[in-house]
Amino acid sequence: MHAAGRRAAVLLAVLVVVAALPAVVSSRYVLSTLVFTALHALAALGLSLVMGFAGQVSLGQAAFFAIGAYVSGVLTASHGWNGWAALAVAAGAGAATAAAVGGPIFRLSGPLLAMATLGFGIIVYYVLVNWTGVTGGPSGLGGIPPLAVGSVRLDSDAAMVRLAWGALLLALWLAGNVVDSRVGRALRAVAASEPAAEAAGIDAARMKLGVFAAAGGLTALAGGLYAHYVTFINPSPFGFAYSVELVVMVVLGGVTRLWGAVLGAAAVVALVEVLRAALPALTASHGAAEYEIVVFGAILMAFVIFLPGGLGAARSRA
Amino acid sequence: MTAALLEVQGLGRDFGGLRAVHDLSFAVEAGRVKALIGPNGAGKTTTLDIIAGALAPSRGRVLLDGRPLPAAGPHAVAARGVARTFQLARLFGDMTVLDNVLVGCHVRARAGWGACAVRSRAMREEERRLHERARAVLARVGLTAREDVTAGALPYGEQRLVELARALAMAPRLLLLDEPGAGLDGDEHRRLAGLIAAIRDDGTAVLLVDHHIDFVMDVSDTVVVLCHGEKLAEGPPEAVRRDAAVIAAYLGAEDDGC
Amino acid sequence: MLDGVPQYLASGLVVGGIYALIGLGFVVVFSVTRIVNFAQGEFVMLGALLTVTLQARRLGAPAAFVLAVAAVAAVGAVLERLAVRPLRGAPGLTVLILTIGAAIAIRGAGLVVWGTDPFAVAAFSDGPPLRVGGAVVARQGLWVLGVAGAVFAGLWWFFTRTYAGAAVRACAINPRAARLMGIRVDRVFLLAFALSGALGATAGAVVAPITYATYDMGLMLGLKGFVAAVLGGLVSPPGAIAGGFLLGVVEALAAGLVSSAYKDAVAFVVLIALCLAQATGRLPWRVPATE
Repeated sequence: MHAAGRRAAVLLAVLVVVAALPAVVSSRYVLSTLVFTALHALAALGLSLVMGFAGQVSLGQAAFFAIGAYVSGVLTASHGWNGWAALAVAAGAGAATAAAVGGPIFRLSGPLLAMATLGFGIIVYYVLVNWTGVTGGPSGLGGIPPLAVGSVRLDSDAAMVRLAWGALLLALWLAGNVVDSRVGRALRAVAASEPAAEAAGIDAARMKLGVFAAAGGLTALAGGLYAHYVTFINPSPFGFAYSVELVVMVVLGGVTRLWGAVLGAAAVVALVEVLRAALPALTASHGAAEYEIVVFGAILMAFVIFLPGGLGAARSRA
Repeated sequence: MTAALLEVQGLGRDFGGLRAVHDLSFAVEAGRVKALIGPNGAGKTTTLDIIAGALAPSRGRVLLDGRPLPAAGPHAVAARGVARTFQLARLFGDMTVLDNVLVGCHVRARAGWGACAVRSRAMREEERRLHERARAVLARVGLTAREDVTAGALPYGEQRLVELARALAMAPRLLLLDEPGAGLDGDEHRRLAGLIAAIRDDGTAVLLVDHHIDFVMDVSDTVVVLCHGEKLAEGPPEAVRRDAAVIAAYLGAEDDGC
Repeated sequence: MLDGVPQYLASGLVVGGIYALIGLGFVVVFSVTRIVNFAQGEFVMLGALLTVTLQARRLGAPAAFVLAVAAVAAVGAVLERLAVRPLRGAPGLTVLILTIGAAIAIRGAGLVVWGTDPFAVAAFSDGPPLRVGGAVVARQGLWVLGVAGAVFAGLWWFFTRTYAGAAVRACAINPRAARLMGIRVDRVFLLAFALSGALGATAGAVVAPITYATYDMGLMLGLKGFVAAVLGGLVSPPGAIAGGFLLGVVEALAAGLVSSAYKDAVAFVVLIALCLAQATGRLPWRVPATE
């Protein structure tokens, strides 16, 4: 009870600080970086639930980001839906897809499940590229309207900083509540010892499925917000490379801490900026995202060997 | 006679060519303690695993309250009021003792994802109740002082007690104990025996597997002797102890001649 | 449409040989170490691209091939020694992330070294395609089948006729017993990864003249090779071989008879079907647990 109140207070404080920032900072670059950090963190939060509680790696999480972006984008741009309704449907679509896909694959052991999610991610990418009638194919989908509250359009960086961080912090609050509750205990039990959890009456498969669905919903929500921010989307940022980035964020930040997703997202965003500055050739084409993966691969290996708890653990050890 | 809570009928289980359990039948009534004893490899843990729903039998069946075991797996069997402990204590090592026991309360609670996410009034009320209940169980096994300790850091004897507490928190009607006394010293054994007697007096049916003959004889109402997966004898402890076949095969001889 | 079937069969068998080789790589590592080596597909890529580079340096095709295979075998060995070995006994998720990280690092390294452009690779022998029973098969296709066949035979001989091979099989069946018999299990692990590198590189080197070599070829090929291995139960070399050919043929038939746009979808459909069968317990063989 105390923990929940403390958590709410901390999150609220962060929200207040972040909400006030755009009044002080006017650099587009800084503000948009803040927006993207929050969106990546929200997407990674979903994945960290899967990795931390279901103990599984999803190599296709980018697919849910894409589903969220395209569902919300298509509903608003092509069918004139209200932005918030579209966003809700997008998040729901992510959760529903995750539940549908997760059902058959969640009884699999780790590597098989990882491969299956990899396959799923590739399928979704294929569909996005080939279903040109709906998604616009490789040329993308434009004209996505920004979200609006009444007649106020949330199309400025300042507004999106507040919205994105608001969504992220709300998600952190909700996820934290779940972790500290009966459901969270059951999840931690399943992660710690599945036979013992089953013996205590916990349906491990359903728990893992629930985590997967929640993760799909959160990542899709992030994707939807992204679509309304950038107003033009195409499949290329949603491929395997982004799935890898999300895994790196979670591993970097620490798989077992919810805040790890935020930490990891910030670290990866910073890392990508550093790489772009240090190796200017990378800014040339869409391939830029892929060059970074050699660093990501090395990071994954290094962290898993030397710092399995992620940056969060390293800090608490020091 | 009270109707049996648990009935095992003609149970058989093969592993490839090996017959781990063969044509095993017995029953356990509410408020009674039955022990399964026998040398290693006699099929005791296999039998427990089948009753707990973790293993499917090759032949025969298990009835709980006259109804067959649910096929969906251990969690479904647990939901029907069967709690178990494991041969090697399986705790949630990184969670506190209290949290471990709270996991045992899972089946008796209802708050779902939505209620937990927003901390609804019903959820908070339920959490309070669960915490009370978990603390009561911990007091019963004598671990109140260890409530906030990380379970993995406890000495082995206390870890076994935590596992037992988690099973008790489920308010089971049938309690399956797999070598509850393993690794315990004399004092701890006595405390455990007292605990089991109290559990039995509450009306819970207890089926236990153990190697300590004195402990088993002390705590059980009936004893089933298994040998190479088959029932060799069944009866009150003293009768079994004096059974010539049992003595020859198990209690007397040093090797598991059976 | 149906008279294209012999052609589809032929090309399906050729690509099936590749899948079989890659699947074998997965099986060798998994059966010994119980690890799914995500980097397997990237070994294929390395084999292909190294062949490109070596051929560009005027090495003859056979020398380039042998060197490429040896180099990637070494990469596999290094991976085992530096990354897998320190993590022995670590939880499955950790090891999984490790091999995923290795795969990604190798893929990224491939991108950095060779860039995004596809490379053409000279076929092993020149000459027009051959007509075999109603189908037209490129010479390299026959090379694929020939090399694959030689590899299968060589592996069979290795596993059944040599001490080292028997040691590998023993570890696959029961590592503890193998250790008690005096077998150096850590050496067998090393050998398994080196073999997986060699098998992947062989597949890459021999398929590159047909499909071009690019830095990202490893992802799909690895996935399909994995499906082949799983079709065989992940621990059975003959199963992986059969699975590879089966997948190749079904893929080619689907592409030819239904639609070529969704050729790659076949592997996924098979994967999903396998997952469903595994989940509902309807597989006639066990997909083994990894933990």
